[in-house]
Amino acid sequence: MFRFFRSLGYFKIKKMEMDTLHPQRTMFEKIWSRHQIMERDDGKVLLYVDKHWVHDISAAAFAILRQRHIAVHAPSRTFASPDHYIPTSSRNLADIADPEKRGMVDALRRDAASNGITLFGIDDPRQGIMHVLGPEQGVSLPGETIVCGDSHTSTHGALGALAFGIGATEVAHVLATQSIWQDKPKTMRITVNGALGEGVTAKDVILAIIARIGAAGAIGHAIEYAGPAIESLSMEGRLTLCNMSIEAGARAGMVAPDETTFAYVKGRPYVPGGEDWEHALADWRTLASDPGARFDREVTLDAGEIHPMMTWGTSPENALPITGRVPDPEKIAEPEKRAACERMLDYMGLTPGMPLTDIPVDRVFIGSCTNGRIEDLRSAAAIVKGKNVAAGVEAWVVPGSGLVKTQAEAEGLDRVFTAAGFQWRHAGCSMCLTTNGDMAAPGQHCASTTNRNFVGRQGSGVRTHLVSPIMAAAAALTGRFTDVRTLIGKAGRA
Amino acid sequence: MKAFQAIDAPAAPIAQPDFDTDQIIPSRYLQKLRDNDFGAFLFRDLRFRKDGTENPDFVINKPAYRQSRVLVAERNFACGSSREHAVWALHDYGIQAVIAPSFGDIFFANALKNGLLPIVLPHPAVADLLAAIETLPGSRIRVDLETQTVAAPDGTTHAFSIDPFSKYCLLNGIDELDYTLGHLDRIEEFEKRHDAPATARADRQ
Repeated sequence: MFRFFRSLGYFKIKKMEMDTLHPQRTMFEKIWSRHQIMERDDGKVLLYVDKHWVHDISAAAFAILRQRHIAVHAPSRTFASPDHYIPTSSRNLADIADPEKRGMVDALRRDAASNGITLFGIDDPRQGIMHVLGPEQGVSLPGETIVCGDSHTSTHGALGALAFGIGATEVAHVLATQSIWQDKPKTMRITVNGALGEGVTAKDVILAIIARIGAAGAIGHAIEYAGPAIESLSMEGRLTLCNMSIEAGARAGMVAPDETTFAYVKGRPYVPGGEDWEHALADWRTLASDPGARFDREVTLDAGEIHPMMTWGTSPENALPITGRVPDPEKIAEPEKRAACERMLDYMGLTPGMPLTDIPVDRVFIGSCTNGRIEDLRSAAAIVKGKNVAAGVEAWVVPGSGLVKTQAEAEGLDRVFTAAGFQWRHAGCSMCLTTNGDMAAPGQHCASTTNRNFVGRQGSGVRTHLVSPIMAAAAALTGRFTDVRTLIGKAGRA
Repeated sequence: MKAFQAIDAPAAPIAQPDFDTDQIIPSRYLQKLRDNDFGAFLFRDLRFRKDGTENPDFVINKPAYRQSRVLVAERNFACGSSREHAVWALHDYGIQAVIAPSFGDIFFANALKNGLLPIVLPHPAVADLLAAIETLPGSRIRVDLETQTVAAPDGTTHAFSIDPFSKYCLLNGIDELDYTLGHLDRIEEFEKRHDAPATARADRQ
């Protein structure tokens, strides 16, 4: 078939040239150009993929390869961990009651073994959510292209990488060719000036950004987050930030690698050492956008104006400061937006104009690829320590990886949570999207550190409110959404 | 993938912005293998009530929209998850094209690889199409990929763009993988010179 294509002369390959007119390049352009294998004359570029993560919904892609008798092209660049279907109550495959779901975890084990792919399996202490595991193991590195059949792959961009989610057919394409055809996205720089206030986290920053630009605000763009407030974030905060780029519609989100990045990466298991490390470091220092590099779009926010945020509706763009009130559809002029607001308030069971702090909480979920890292658990534990979960609230902590869980236990965080009445569980995606059966009940309000508040996302009829880990902790203690800053004031700095 | 044919069929409105892939297919079906009929899971929680009976108020359950082969949707259709199952569900139900002012990026790419045509039209054109099919349910929309045009029920035509490669693949029922495999030599040549000192390889462990 491919010979047929070539003989027809369809889609000639363009000769690649450097753009000498615009020597100042963005970080995105630098990473993009060094991975460009070839370009078709219709503008599509075949990008080389440095790292590819597969998981327990990747069976369809492996099936495509088997049907066509194609081998995995670069098994050493492919990494696997089950996260969507594994139970958080135990580490036993047999505890997955549904045979189809159990089959997905088992299929990953078989597909990894038969193709020579590194697997962090259900019985491996390192198992975890891919977007926690990749940076944690040092598999995902600055300057790389990273893909996975999961939309939150944008997370890895926090290292100064180009990382994005792809579909099942594309997963098969990457397995077979270690490359992917892409349209070059536009670039957008989101600069956050100033310093973040007490109780304001990376989660609040990204919710404020999505509220500003909208859930479709960055469609077709790769975002670079920049400015003093971003530079001051820890690596884990940057991972949270980039994780939710997709919720603004962006192809990818990234942060320039700096000393914070290098200190985080150094010494992790899959990171090169010795001379290779020095070479890598020298290379990574050239990745940041050149001064004067032009972005297709610029957005600026003031960190001082960002408060602890929460969502009230069923799109991540429906985020407001905790000091706010539920919107009143009567005050919305455009009929379509008014109807959308009414529909959301009906689903969420909210009254127009009510203070957000009057919304009750039934469930609390701390975890996910957005907020399941050690710093997230430490900050939540600092709020929870010595207090109790409010009566009637069911609160869970699900670490993002087995190593996060082990670390938290070494620090005694598990005992802080369990003493307060939280459930302390095993690593996985869990209640973020309920694929493994972890879910809330219809009508319940859930304070969740996850990334999507879509209708039914955490169970049929469940009302998800996206918050930071410390806001989730505060909600667990008071039984309603609470400005965490009022608790920090009482307990001293969290 | 079957070759894409011109469509002349009733169209159904999905007139909500940010209609996410969780609404197209809930996550509880993601463990199903491709040999299932995913059409049964399409819009599952909107199409069916808790007891499993059809919700007569949902758009494609209304008699005039039942035979729809085209959807006309709002901004950011199919945003959210990368689940290709969303495309499989639309495809298996019989939807062949979706028209919207914008799409979730990953869905857009997934659709093209499964013979489902995502068509971006400017917001006013989409608003006109929505008004037409809502005012007169069952109205037909024509989609011609060859000429890259959509014809509204009243005959007004709108041109749309699509990259020539995807168009070629759709019209001929060919997939991209064959094409890329034909260039494996280029990929292997690239790998030899790929300047990635930082690339951590499992085999270095």
